[in-house]
Amino acid sequence: MPLTIEDVATRLSTQLNISLSLEPNSPAPLIIIPADLLRDASKFLRDDDALRFESLNCITGVERAGAYEIVITLYSATIPLMLNLKVKATGEDPAIPSVTDIWPAADWHEREVFDMFGIRFEGHYDHRRILCADDWEGFPLRKDYQPPLFFHNIPVTVNVPGGLQIPLTRIAK
Amino acid sequence: MGIIEGRYGPNVVITSVDKLFNWSRSRSLWPITFGLACCAIEMMATSASRFDLDRLGIFFRPTPRQSDVMLVSGTVTVKMAERIKRLYEQMADPKWVISMGSCANSGGPYWEYGYHVVKGVDLIIPVDVYIPGCPPRPEALIDAFIQLQEKIERETIAKKV
Amino acid sequence: MTTRDVDLPVGLTPEKWYEAVDAIESVHGEKMVLQMGPQHPATHGVLRLELETDGELIVKATPHIGYLHRCFEKVCENMTWPQVVPYTDRLDYCGSMNNNLGYVLGAEKLFSIEVSERVQTIRVLVCEMNRIASHLVAVGTYGLDIGAWTPFLFLFQAREHILDLFDELCGGRLLYNYIWIGGLSHDLPDGWLKKVRKFIPYFEPRIPELNSLLSYNKIFVERLANVAVIPADLAIRYGVTGPNLRGAGVAWDLRKAEPYSGYETYEFEIPVGRGEVGTVGDCFDRYIVRVNEMVQSIRIIEQALDRLEKMEKDDVQAAIPKTFAKVPIGELYFRTEATKGELGFYIISDGKQKPNRLKCRAPSFCALSVIPEVSPGLLIADMVALIGSLDVVLGEVDR
Repeated sequence: MPLTIEDVATRLSTQLNISLSLEPNSPAPLIIIPADLLRDASKFLRDDDALRFESLNCITGVERAGAYEIVITLYSATIPLMLNLKVKATGEDPAIPSVTDIWPAADWHEREVFDMFGIRFEGHYDHRRILCADDWEGFPLRKDYQPPLFFHNIPVTVNVPGGLQIPLTRIAK
Repeated sequence: MGIIEGRYGPNVVITSVDKLFNWSRSRSLWPITFGLACCAIEMMATSASRFDLDRLGIFFRPTPRQSDVMLVSGTVTVKMAERIKRLYEQMADPKWVISMGSCANSGGPYWEYGYHVVKGVDLIIPVDVYIPGCPPRPEALIDAFIQLQEKIERETIAKKV
Repeated sequence: MTTRDVDLPVGLTPEKWYEAVDAIESVHGEKMVLQMGPQHPATHGVLRLELETDGELIVKATPHIGYLHRCFEKVCENMTWPQVVPYTDRLDYCGSMNNNLGYVLGAEKLFSIEVSERVQTIRVLVCEMNRIASHLVAVGTYGLDIGAWTPFLFLFQAREHILDLFDELCGGRLLYNYIWIGGLSHDLPDGWLKKVRKFIPYFEPRIPELNSLLSYNKIFVERLANVAVIPADLAIRYGVTGPNLRGAGVAWDLRKAEPYSGYETYEFEIPVGRGEVGTVGDCFDRYIVRVNEMVQSIRIIEQALDRLEKMEKDDVQAAIPKTFAKVPIGELYFRTEATKGELGFYIISDGKQKPNRLKCRAPSFCALSVIPEVSPGLLIADMVALIGSLDVVLGEVDR
């Protein structure tokens, strides 16, 4: 009988000595982990002989009602089981500890979440934007994001009220 | 014609400088190997076996210094825009630009919500021929080259039209 | 490969040769930073690599991506559920059908939609044809990168046949928007299956032809064997999947491990890298896995054709929801085996007409992140071999 997500949650809560909550309503249950315990939980999940979550598949940044959270998708070929960990970031300057040294795959995923949502990853060795231009301002996937009208004199937002109106005949000078 | 007719040997062809230049320019258009996105795959398909751009005298060159045509094949992002402009400036005159596909024409499907997409490559560099389509078929690309050849044939050395 | 592995020159004892090699290797020149890309014929699009070199050897390589960042995730938040499908086409533009399938299956799981067996079989058929088309591009351009022009022309000729079939099927050569949530955009045209049937005897001899022309060509093998080895544990740690992971000798394929769309009922094998000409996980293994996968895809296509010819025609749009105004709330991560590896979609629905969040986990993104780890010690020319063997498509790296 392979382990289920509930079993993993029980083991994790015994190890971390806290009670963990599950979001059972979604098609794939999530385990919610407090940000300060993320690194301990990650090390346990990766190194425990029965679990061995050795591959990190994805890190998704999410904005929900103005609050930021990330979902770390892990996979263990030993059990086999796919596990989603949810970590909530709080405050104006959201920050979450980095897990890059535990799973190297997290490196670019974390940079992408930072680029898109502005969630800082504390302890990341190369913390900078990855997709947008280096001097891009703002974090595009935030719900209240307004793109700039111009970037390096190139119109980015066009035909919005108050912005640049591009006429039908446009020829670069 | 009267004065010069019959004055030279049989190997001499008499034409105007304009016609000679335009003929040689339009018959050896060398585009720069420069793929941006999905359209680049169609560009490759056009240069490959079935559509065979070589028969029109069109060979892809890896460097801007040796090319005459820039094929902007795909979405232009603001991060890439400066590079495209620099590549265009590195090309030797005379030079032409073909904007391939909706993205290069106007931003295409990313027109409205693509915050990182330039809404048309003509905001950065001047464009000679636009090809609609997402992505355009190879036939459309060949047609664009023929249109460009026709355009070049209308040029004079006095002034670029 | 280092200078040490070269065959001993005639007339030299090993001691003398190693002494000479040590003398060469102890020389370190000034470090030079070389920018490779974003316009470079061998970077498969707009990848920029910042190479720190010592002579011809790479000391450090830093990939810079984002030159094709087309805001896929932001666009999707502003599109209705079915409108997202054409945008998934443009992620990995060589393997569009597989991208469609990944998103559509995720959405169908979230909305609890079941499609008929015939629709599932058609999906498998078109996805495997698309996999062949994608691998043909990968293998063809790889030959081009290494310096072989002719195989590229041969392979693109074969690819055109597949594109013609797709053209007839859905009107698109490259981007299809064929697989929809709950069904397909068009039913199969009359006589289409017969044309696919004819394609198989045309394509099957192309693989031995490719092998004799390119795969086991002495020059090609010399360029790839033992170059840029990605061992299995490194690949797993960096989340490298698909042919790149299988090239490292790991028989991992989501079509077998977590079957979807009825893949569990098909017979096929998972080709893995065996270190035929060098070390397991070198460039050649990653390359040859793609070639062998095309053979397996043909097997799947044959089986799908057998089934489809026996099936009664049904409405391929029967399960398409009439409206997406009210959909179930929930979130899930769904992954499929696309042409480049594990394509995952993290979909969050808050019950509205549009997705709240749609994150794409692109296989090429993860494959590219392994470059800084593998590249130190490579020659600059080997870097081209490495990028080509990873088969990255920048459309899905930058999204």
